[in-house]
Amino acid sequence: MPLDPSFAGHTYPTSEVYEVGRAKIREFAESIGDDHPMYRDPAAAQAAGHPDVIAPPTFPIILFSHYSMADIINDPELGVDYGRLVHGDMGFQYARPVRAGDRLTVTTRIATIDVRMGNSFLNLDALIDTEDGERVVTATAQLVIRAEDA
Amino acid sequence: MTAAGDELPPLDVRVRRADLVRYAGASLDFNPIHWNDEVAESVGLPGVIAHGMLTMALAGRLVTNWTGDPSAVLEYSARFIRPVVVPNDEDGAQVELTGKVKEVREDGTARVDITAKFDGKAVLGKAVAIVRLPA
Repeated sequence: MPLDPSFAGHTYPTSEVYEVGRAKIREFAESIGDDHPMYRDPAAAQAAGHPDVIAPPTFPIILFSHYSMADIINDPELGVDYGRLVHGDMGFQYARPVRAGDRLTVTTRIATIDVRMGNSFLNLDALIDTEDGERVVTATAQLVIRAEDA
Repeated sequence: MTAAGDELPPLDVRVRRADLVRYAGASLDFNPIHWNDEVAESVGLPGVIAHGMLTMALAGRLVTNWTGDPSAVLEYSARFIRPVVVPNDEDGAQVELTGKVKEVREDGTARVDITAKFDGKAVLGKAVAIVRLPA
């Protein structure tokens, strides 16, 4: 079933706090083969003016996967078929880099839903803020739920 | 001075199954199409494919290698237009990354357009980073 476009504008409750750890940043950097010292050495990050190690630009996908995707998949009224879901695009705007020690929340909103030829194009905004309300990253994503085979 | 048309140093990355497993754990994306051939084939894929976000992360390395300071990246986006199929062997899949400065702006930022190719074909579309240039 295509998604119901009237879900556009729906905002899910803000997530719990995710605390960004040095070890997780390092693990993520290693998984993408990036040995940049600012991802693993607090002194190198501090020399560049950061309070602690910073995370690679795509690190916030962890928060998107863990919270925004979960909001969408676990919403029975929206009714996304996970097996037909494809990641169409992803974008990040950074107010500053994510860094170790950040205590972040994610607030996910359905921006638009377009249905074309039975495929549903679900455009999401995920606002990644500190628990004190400082905007750190705005993530946008398009998820495509492919039409069922004729 | 950075100018429109400047090319970033290219980057080739070989991606093997073990890299996908490692990325799955690090990114918390455990979709089995990235590690299980049967599941991948059951949804019409030729086999296990790399996470689109892994390709995007590798393309991000091209940009941060060039800026030196990863925090110079102000915006980064990409579309996932073709899968990177990763066979279960030592060779894996080769992803070829190139980038070019599209525009230098008055506000001290630049737009970088990135090309990510696998098997001779682009796998990311509209892959763009906006970066702050050194003062």
